[in-house]
Amino acid sequence: MPEESGVTVLIPTPLRRFTGGEAKVSATGSNVGEVLDALEQAYPGIGERLRDDSGQLRRFVNVFVNGQNVRDRDGVETSLSNGDEVGIIPAMAGGSRV
Amino acid sequence: MTVVTSQGQSADIFPLPQEMRDEIIAHAKRDAPRECCGIIAGRDGAPTRLHETRNIAEGNRFYEIDPRQLIDLEFRLLPEQDSEIVAIYHSHPESPAFPSATDVRLAFWPDAIYVICSLADGDRPEVRGFRIRDGEVSEVTLTD
Repeated sequence: MPEESGVTVLIPTPLRRFTGGEAKVSATGSNVGEVLDALEQAYPGIGERLRDDSGQLRRFVNVFVNGQNVRDRDGVETSLSNGDEVGIIPAMAGGSRV
Repeated sequence: MTVVTSQGQSADIFPLPQEMRDEIIAHAKRDAPRECCGIIAGRDGAPTRLHETRNIAEGNRFYEIDPRQLIDLEFRLLPEQDSEIVAIYHSHPESPAFPSATDVRLAFWPDAIYVICSLADGDRPEVRGFRIRDGEVSEVTLTD
């Protein structure tokens, strides 16, 4: 088993209702997916906002590890080290096509 | 006119200073025919500063704020200034200042006011504000 890492997760305003208002929480996991699993366990309901049924990140959710978008790395498989900072940010997006 | 709930949130007005409206209109004109986008930072629901952002969406009919900028604003810059995102703005270069179906579907920030600037009438840009929550759109009155 890969070693679990303790990371800090930054929670965006729209998801803080799941964390009792906390903007920063601690979690453990050897990769991003495991940390998201841990979040869901601690804060039920937050997980489905982040991932689809296949476990992949939703199209309009971005996750950054130490400032780097995990889409440019290995997505939810992106490995984590102790002390990493995981930032979650839902998109601000839309359009004018009717 | 109703105003402030016990949580301190504006129920149906949003104070948007004229200079910020002018900035939004100028940004919209500069980026047309593409949509422009940005956020307005503030405290207690009242705007303090406008931040233009990059639109990373493809084509002229969509916007998506660069998530790299967004993460920096949400988790670093604004908390350092003791402020938060109170509004999100974007332009509709050729359509009315009203949320499109896409705007409603992709409204993931229910606590923010969605400000839309229409350039459909070239001589008279229009700026309006909305709450978009759970698929429901309600207009907020923008005051100076």
